[in-house]
Amino acid sequence: MDLSFSKEDEKFRREVRAWLRRHLPRRNDALEGGEDLSYDSPERISAAKAWQRTVHDAGYVAIGWPKEFGGQEASIERQSILNEEMVLHRAPGLIGHLGLRMLGPTLIQCGTEAQRRRFLPKILTADELWCQGYSEPGSGSDLASLKTRAELDGDSFVVNGQKVWTSTAQYADWMFCLVRTDPEAPKHRGISYLLIDMKSPGIEVRPLVQMTGRAGFNEVFFTDVRVPRENLVGELHGGWTVANSTLAFERNMLASTTRTQQLMDDLLGLARRRTRNGSKVTRCPATRQKLADLVIRVEAMRYHSLQQLSDEIQGRRGGVSASINKLVTTELNHDICAAALDILGDYGPLMGRTPHAEDRGTWPKDWMFTLGMIIGGGTSQIQKNIISERALGLPRGA
Amino acid sequence: MHFGLTADQELLAASARDFLAAESPPATVRRIVEDDAGVSPELNAKIAQQGWQGMLVPEEYGGQGLGVLDAAVVLTELGRFLTPTPFLSSAVLATTLLSIAASAAQRRRWLPRLASGEMLATVAWLEESDRLDPAGIALRVRRARDRFRLSGSKLFVLDAQMADLYLLAARTAAGQGRDGVSLFAIPRDATGISLTPLHNFDRTRRLFEMRFDDVVVDRDQLVGREGKAWPHLERMLNVACVAIAAESQGGAERALELAVEYAKVREQFGRPIGSFQAVKHLAAECFAEIEPSRSLLWYAAWAQQGASKEASRAASMAKARLGDVYSRTTNKSVQIHGGIGFTWEHDVHFWFKRAKSNEVLFGGPDFHRERVAALSGW
Ligand SMILES: Cc1cc2nc3c(=O)[nH]c(=O)nc-3n(C[C@H](O)[C@H](O)[C@H](O)COP(=O)(O)OP(=O)(O)OC[C@H]3O[C@@H](n4cnc5c(N)ncnc54)[C@H](O)[C@@H]3O)c2cc1C
Repeated sequence: MDLSFSKEDEKFRREVRAWLRRHLPRRNDALEGGEDLSYDSPERISAAKAWQRTVHDAGYVAIGWPKEFGGQEASIERQSILNEEMVLHRAPGLIGHLGLRMLGPTLIQCGTEAQRRRFLPKILTADELWCQGYSEPGSGSDLASLKTRAELDGDSFVVNGQKVWTSTAQYADWMFCLVRTDPEAPKHRGISYLLIDMKSPGIEVRPLVQMTGRAGFNEVFFTDVRVPRENLVGELHGGWTVANSTLAFERNMLASTTRTQQLMDDLLGLARRRTRNGSKVTRCPATRQKLADLVIRVEAMRYHSLQQLSDEIQGRRGGVSASINKLVTTELNHDICAAALDILGDYGPLMGRTPHAEDRGTWPKDWMFTLGMIIGGGTSQIQKNIISERALGLPRGA
Repeated sequence: MHFGLTADQELLAASARDFLAAESPPATVRRIVEDDAGVSPELNAKIAQQGWQGMLVPEEYGGQGLGVLDAAVVLTELGRFLTPTPFLSSAVLATTLLSIAASAAQRRRWLPRLASGEMLATVAWLEESDRLDPAGIALRVRRARDRFRLSGSKLFVLDAQMADLYLLAARTAAGQGRDGVSLFAIPRDATGISLTPLHNFDRTRRLFEMRFDDVVVDRDQLVGREGKAWPHLERMLNVACVAIAAESQGGAERALELAVEYAKVREQFGRPIGSFQAVKHLAAECFAEIEPSRSLLWYAAWAQQGASKEASRAASMAKARLGDVYSRTTNKSVQIHGGIGFTWEHDVHFWFKRAKSNEVLFGGPDFHRERVAALSGW
């Protein structure tokens, strides 16, 4: 056990901090949103793109990627230092995160050379934003049952069908998408992974208002959309394997324990400031118990992720750790937000900029948003299925 | 940066598991549990031969000079097998207390014999008030010229039936605060000591009431400075928390394995009960709690070498969390076993009971969450 970083890594941390002090935007509405994936106005989108470019110019975007694709081949230690500093300094999230955290790594792993050259640079600079077209009205948890059809016609696929809950599709430039290319094959073996230009004729995007009151995800309809054959990632009919590599990236992305620590710090800040029923919130024995329980669960996940980091450095495989992380962290995040609402009492439901809203009304929004994250990326129940089957070896259900 | 066990520690874990699988299988545990005295001298001797009793004893006193994390590795395996042996009471608690509080002469006198397992010791701390703060130590010691005389009783003393030496926390000055708490080392055969076994439901670990009826103690049996023992006890409390959390980690792992093994073979409605989601999700929830707990435990064990405030906070975090996790896991494990799980004949109830006794020993989850709150400054 040794929790210290090397001198060089600590130097790197100081450099990141110094850079952040100089470049961090002042708290600014255009970049607000915490972990909310919705950027619901053109100003917010361009401010967010500009921020990603600033970070990219400093060399801090996707530092773990190979040098030939614009990364620095930074060690896992440095990736985690960077992530930690960004979150602890409350740097705005990167708008291109779906490309950076999901598609990019997938292309590096399974893409062709031409695809990497074509797409990776613009993922880094946020010149092209991506969305994830997996779920369909009839296929959520049972993703492999998806029906959106793609047929080869000469040099291109022709896509027909519908996706739903597609976050950021209303402004994304591209979609990584799962389509059925062989309806006769068993369901996992007839799926392909396509990259689709959102400006293609035949695509219609209908925004859906989320329970937060904001647009966030969408329905996407495809009518005879032509997609060049070179936009197929991996083998024809081999899309399920490609998708699964991306799903693990997604689960780990949703399970950032640094974000959880930040939420917890905010909650403790709130508890220290507020009074309830005439005395300080932190004096109430029941609240102290609840806060301590949350702190303990957060710390356990923090050390657990450090342990996973070490395992990764030593080249040990993660097993179902992505599912454990996703399950535990998303539920913990929601519990933290729920505790904040409890502390706030009648002030809890006050949203946004309404008078008397605490912390700019972010708690109720995050409380809702974190419930969505328990569902998105594979529900808690699905993660429990995965854990019980893959880690514990229990039989699949009938 | 390395979060995890060293290669040596991994080896220690594996060899401890092999050793205990051979020497402390459920049948052996059951025999000791059903034994009146609850002691197996043969098993204790074999464990001493492994060198475990001296793990935490500094090398200069004949031990291995290892750290709390090493002990936690062994305790995890002892907890997994529910091995009834005085490792916690003697090799961890009493040894820690003597190592930090005793004079060089006292250490020379006792530590080598504790290390070899030739002698066992235990700590007598709690009283009827059952409180872990300084006010919980009320047993009054009176000075009689250059000796001390003491009368009163102690409760919940671990393994007192086999200990040769009792480390007694008592008050040498009036009051309820930290000052005035002193520590005495009293040999088993001192006149005026009597033991009453307390019939607790966890028979893998025996607890006793100790009565002291005008016991006379020499000056050289005072351990550390008179009236200044509280910080030593607090440090030992932290080590106790980590040690019990480690046992609980191993016990929870095993209780879940038992449930999963059973769920794969027991059939109802024409299929294994482990294919029912209600059962699978119970098991998955346990697993998703147990895995992160291990990281918290290792951190807490490692933190014992550092600053005392963080050592206390981390110890309490691990103790609170594993108290809850072990109890929940064993409860679900019994349920997954159905009726057979409720019998004396099946082994799973031993883990169920041990979970609860570990949960309350040296402070329950509520006590430790409150301690975390106070140490965090809120
Ligand atoms: C905020 C948010 C953003 C999202 N963004 C995207 C996106 O960008 N791209 C995308 O493709 N998708 C996205 N999704 C969709 C998400 O992946 C699905 O909602 C999710 O996989 C669940 O599918 P479903 O909605 O069809 O629910 P269903 O699958 O119908 O599930 C309904 C309930 O049944 C339970 N259930 C279903 N099957 C089982 C089973 N086998 N065992 C036990 N319980 C079961 C579920 O756990 C759930 O409780 C997003 C969802 C949310 C909430």
